[in-house]
Amino acid sequence: MHIDPIEQFQIKNLVPLANIGGHEIAFTNSAAYMFIIVILASALLIGATVRRALIPGRMQSLAEMTYEFVATTLRNSTGPEGMKFLPFIFTLFMFVLFANLIGLIPYTFTVTSQLIVTVILALLVFFIVVIYGFWKNGWRFVKLFVPKGVPVYFLPMIVPIEVMSFLTRPVSHSVRLFANMLAGHITLQVFAAFIIMLAGYGFLGWLGATLPFFMVVALSALEVLVAVVQAYVFAILACIYLNDAIHPGH
Amino acid sequence: MAAPTAHTEVPAGQSKFPPFQSAYYPSQFVWLTLTFVLLYVLMARVALPRIGSILAVRSKRIAEDIASAQHFKERSEAAQAAYEKALADARARAQSIANDMHERQAAAAEETNRRLEAELHERLAAAEKSIAATRAAAMGNVGAIAAEAASSIVERLIGKAPAAHEVAGALADAGKT
Repeated sequence: MHIDPIEQFQIKNLVPLANIGGHEIAFTNSAAYMFIIVILASALLIGATVRRALIPGRMQSLAEMTYEFVATTLRNSTGPEGMKFLPFIFTLFMFVLFANLIGLIPYTFTVTSQLIVTVILALLVFFIVVIYGFWKNGWRFVKLFVPKGVPVYFLPMIVPIEVMSFLTRPVSHSVRLFANMLAGHITLQVFAAFIIMLAGYGFLGWLGATLPFFMVVALSALEVLVAVVQAYVFAILACIYLNDAIHPGH
Repeated sequence: MAAPTAHTEVPAGQSKFPPFQSAYYPSQFVWLTLTFVLLYVLMARVALPRIGSILAVRSKRIAEDIASAQHFKERSEAAQAAYEKALADARARAQSIANDMHERQAAAAEETNRRLEAELHERLAAAEKSIAATRAAAMGNVGAIAAEAASSIVERLIGKAPAAHEVAGALADAGKT
């Protein structure tokens, strides 16, 4: 029996829709999971708050805690001026968080394990930072690349480094999330495959299969942590980049 | 076994590794944009204002409750202060009433004492007067008895009663010595 650890990332066209300039647009399993993310996130944040209870129930508490968590994170990184980005950061966090968590359920598809998805999200953050930075600060935005307190004769060296690090942000931002999700799911799949392979070898195989079984249990717990932490990291990095656009003078 | 059926769908020249299969990028882009915007609208228009208002209403309610609790605490403290003041006033009044009463009774007792004393003095004086009168009357009687005794002694001696004025003169002489 052979189990391909990559197969879980395979996109399948469910309903072909259109073909624009040689590019096929189809409703895919990935698209279906994106809609599931929207539905579940809305169920938590809209469905659970319908009653607007003064004393919240469990789900309303969860929704309120998520709101306050993201709001506090954003306020701590950008100050009160950044609060107008709360809907964006909140949507980003909820989208990535739900994508990561839904992907942990066996047989599901992990939207954030697709490089193109994390790249689009990271580029969205990048362009918002660039456009808002220039719109709000004008050319003072380029002060971002000139750290304060650096001697002038160092600037020819420092400025290109700063520009490079700024331009590579979307790469590190997107690859970090993508690689974490990909590696975690491959590891889980490989250890799960060991269980099935070993169980095929009779009694001793059954005994041996308990080892990867406990490994999978432990890794699943770790992956839940990774899913939440990576969503948080993605959101807080977006906050930190936004802070550069709001306060470019370091 | 090496080539599962799923991989046969991959177009020629495409990577075997699904995240790098660029044929799906347009679909991914379209659906990600659609769902992300949808989620953004739902969050920005419905969820966040609602949760924000829930939190604002709750913190306002808590602040109001604390303020009214403070108000009630102040009122109860004021009531206690008023009660203690009333108690102190009543105690002071009771003290002054007791003092008044004491003084008035002392004055009344003194008055009674004085009245009784005066009455006693009066009676004493009357008694002394009557004693003096009785004594004067008794002394008058003593002269008459002496004159009668002297006249009867002289009559026995000389056999003849002396004249009354002589007896009185002799008695007056005797009283002088």
